[in-house]
Amino acid sequence: MENLKPVLEMVDIKKNYFGNQVLKGVSLKVMPGEIHALCGENGAGKSTLMNILFGMPVIHSTGGFEGEIRMDGEVIEIKTPRDAMKYGIGMVHQEFMLIPGFSVEENVKLNREPLKESILGKFLGEPMKNLNRDEIRRDTQAALDQLGMDMMPADKVAGLPVGYMQFVEIAREIDKRGVRLLVFDEPTAVLTEGEAERLLAAMKALADQGIAILFITHRLDEVMTASQHVTIIRDGAFVKYLNTKETNVTEISALMVGREVEVIERTKHHEASNEIVMEIEDLKVEMPGEMVKGVNLKIEKGEILGIGGLAGQGKIGIANGIMGLYPATGKVTFEGKEVTLNNPKAAINAQIAFVSEDRRGVGLLLDESIAFNIAVPALQNQGKFLKKFGPVSLMDQAAVTENANKYIEELDIRCTGPNQNVRRLSGGNQQKVCIAKALTSEPKIIFVSEPTRGIDIGAKRLVLDTLVKLNEEQGMTVIITSSELAELKSVCDRIAIVTEGKVIGVLPASEDDAKFGLLMSGITEGVEG
Amino acid sequence: MLKNKKFNFKEFFAENAVPVVFLTISAVFVYYSGTQPAIIMNDVVARFARNAFFVISLLIPVLAGMGLNFGIVVGAMAAQIGLYWALALKMEGIAAIAFAAVVCVPFAVLFGFLSGALNNKTKGQEMLTSMFVGYFAHGLYMLLFLFIIGGIIPIDVYEIILPNGVGARSSIDLTQVKGAVDSILKVDLFTFVLALAAIVAIIAVVNTVKAKKPDIAKFVVAVLLAGLGVAGNTMPAFLMFKRVVKIPVVTYGLIGLLCVFITAFFKTKMGQDMRAVGQNMEIAEVSGINVNKIRIIANIMSVVLSAWGQLLFLQNLGTLSTYTAHQNVGMFAGAALLIGGASVTKATVPQAILGTFLFHLLFNVSPLAGQNIFGSALIGEYFRVFIVYGVIALAIVLHAAKKAGGKK
Repeated sequence: MENLKPVLEMVDIKKNYFGNQVLKGVSLKVMPGEIHALCGENGAGKSTLMNILFGMPVIHSTGGFEGEIRMDGEVIEIKTPRDAMKYGIGMVHQEFMLIPGFSVEENVKLNREPLKESILGKFLGEPMKNLNRDEIRRDTQAALDQLGMDMMPADKVAGLPVGYMQFVEIAREIDKRGVRLLVFDEPTAVLTEGEAERLLAAMKALADQGIAILFITHRLDEVMTASQHVTIIRDGAFVKYLNTKETNVTEISALMVGREVEVIERTKHHEASNEIVMEIEDLKVEMPGEMVKGVNLKIEKGEILGIGGLAGQGKIGIANGIMGLYPATGKVTFEGKEVTLNNPKAAINAQIAFVSEDRRGVGLLLDESIAFNIAVPALQNQGKFLKKFGPVSLMDQAAVTENANKYIEELDIRCTGPNQNVRRLSGGNQQKVCIAKALTSEPKIIFVSEPTRGIDIGAKRLVLDTLVKLNEEQGMTVIITSSELAELKSVCDRIAIVTEGKVIGVLPASEDDAKFGLLMSGITEGVEG
Repeated sequence: MLKNKKFNFKEFFAENAVPVVFLTISAVFVYYSGTQPAIIMNDVVARFARNAFFVISLLIPVLAGMGLNFGIVVGAMAAQIGLYWALALKMEGIAAIAFAAVVCVPFAVLFGFLSGALNNKTKGQEMLTSMFVGYFAHGLYMLLFLFIIGGIIPIDVYEIILPNGVGARSSIDLTQVKGAVDSILKVDLFTFVLALAAIVAIIAVVNTVKAKKPDIAKFVVAVLLAGLGVAGNTMPAFLMFKRVVKIPVVTYGLIGLLCVFITAFFKTKMGQDMRAVGQNMEIAEVSGINVNKIRIIANIMSVVLSAWGQLLFLQNLGTLSTYTAHQNVGMFAGAALLIGGASVTKATVPQAILGTFLFHLLFNVSPLAGQNIFGSALIGEYFRVFIVYGVIALAIVLHAAKKAGGKK
């Protein structure tokens, strides 16, 4: 292997989006005929790296990137997906890049259709030539045979099982003559176990034919069985290049999630108790992209509970489901009373508060004042801040302002005053307004989703401090949903990890990073909490 | 694919609800209008010839994912500019139409390019954009015909210019070009049917030789058509139809040619790219298809075809209402296409033809039927307008409902 040149090298790739450094010098090296795994948490920068490799418009419309891409040792420039294709780079996408209304063969040959002469073509040239349907059929059949798939090339993609669609994507990539490198972006995420095995077998067969494979996955056991080398990135930075044989799942998961975090001082720690304040039984939530498929969870009174897990696994859906923002079924009991699902008003009236992960969309009225934003839910649902004039109720401006001033001081919201529009506030201060808003309705329990997403480090600290203070000083039960494990570990008492729509395990926050990493990749063995 | 061959009435109705409903309404109206079927038919045949080309030109943008291109109004404007030019040069008959058909192309291409470029900036809202392109273009068109013509470009043809020498007349008599295409060759209905039978038979023979397998379906159609033709020519029951219904062969030939062209076009590489773009722009882009370019080409094609369609329309009508002839053509053509069972994302040539036919049948019989059913021709008139806007609204709602249903 040593004297072989790598097919692909990406050297010291840097990229920033609007001043936010998402890649801080990542390097990657893939040998011919090897399966190379690329691992990292959500937001580690894998997708951005792949977008760069494919010359996606999103990269070049935001100012391009720094660093070099080399193929066979030569520096190449990839400005469009067409360039990437020209260099023999193929991709099997996470979301299927298939046209549902087209047949399998039409998808396999999309924009690479073999042509034949036609009357129109004689006069008007290439674009007017007819498709050579026979050749399309023949090539597609050959590619499907190579993968060992029993599928009709003429079938419409729309009716195929999900697992089959994946293979159509692969068939398309291997049908491209001269493909040198194939990227598989979380190919097994949507597959059943049997399908996943078949896919891995197909990948190995392709690698044996000399095609290099870059395998992006969260499932570490698959990394172990299929890959020869692993590159791990974290927070947009290169962490380690490992030989798969010389490592193990625990090491990889520790490298993926482990990071230095400021420890937030907690004066009091919650003592494990049997006093259950909320019990969630078999909760199912239809939130697109965050499906919850039967969560059971008991929340102890006065604790800070973290809900972690990878993006798209359903952790975000839990709070949204309880609050009635997305269709939900199951049973949620709060202080002995059942909470009516699918009804946001009922949840708010049960004194459950929610700070949405979608701060600017769901959480705030951006062009209204801080004072009004804080008062709105209480105003709407509990009839607070109202003055009655016979049949007409008016908003009590003075009370609203007074309430806002109280929270501006308490939560240290940096602003010019209660009448400033929230659009002009920084992310961290906007988040505090959201928290103030939730607190105004005097909740007994508060759900906070992704409280630090899109906020700079200093502000993160303040927001987390606020939550801890609420818990310690007022004894409020706080549930924090976050993709950042380190953050959860720094403030929570217990952390529940959600994988594939279910709580796969609940561990004390002091447990090893590696154990959480294993849970996130769906492995429960040896992770007894 | 073969698993569900059984005819499912419910499914069939759900798929074809719109044409079925309109077919039923038409049948009722035809009955109540109390007019001789042959006379209705002759009128519908003429109206069909007037409009079909225009409706078919809408197919391309629908398949390219841009919905109903209400912007084909600009094509109609290009045609009117071309025709006006021909009249200014004192041309007559087929020469005038041919001249207009040629000179309107650069205008149509330019207009199509501009509106296509705008559509690319407003992806997902093409229908709204193209509708307002039509309104906006109307303003520029007015400027051209009210001030520039005569004001800047001197025109010395008395019949087409306002008496003070500035601005075009609002209604221009097209006696010199009326029926220029239509009346080249006119035959009665059953002779036309016999000719059709012959064409289908030839196609069937060619297919049989090519595939070395008899093309039974086409042979059956040919025999049926031939039977109908012979019966019509001999049986007294059809005498009225034979006398009254005259088919403008060349116009129908052009429409037929366009159908063949559209069908052939979607078998080419460019046609396939267009369908891919229509189904999913993002995937097409990732596959290396130049989405914006394809969309602009689709837009240009539809505008050029609609310009020619407008010329066929005007030569049939015999008058040019300079300032209003292009208004609403996009809306009417869109309604016709939708009545045929097309949606804003899926349309076929047969749907366009059926839709044009039904639309004009309904247009024709509704005033008289209104008179006879409700005692007021106004109600029938009301139905005309109701149909156009109602069907567009209905089609869009049905489409949205289908989409929402598909998500579950």
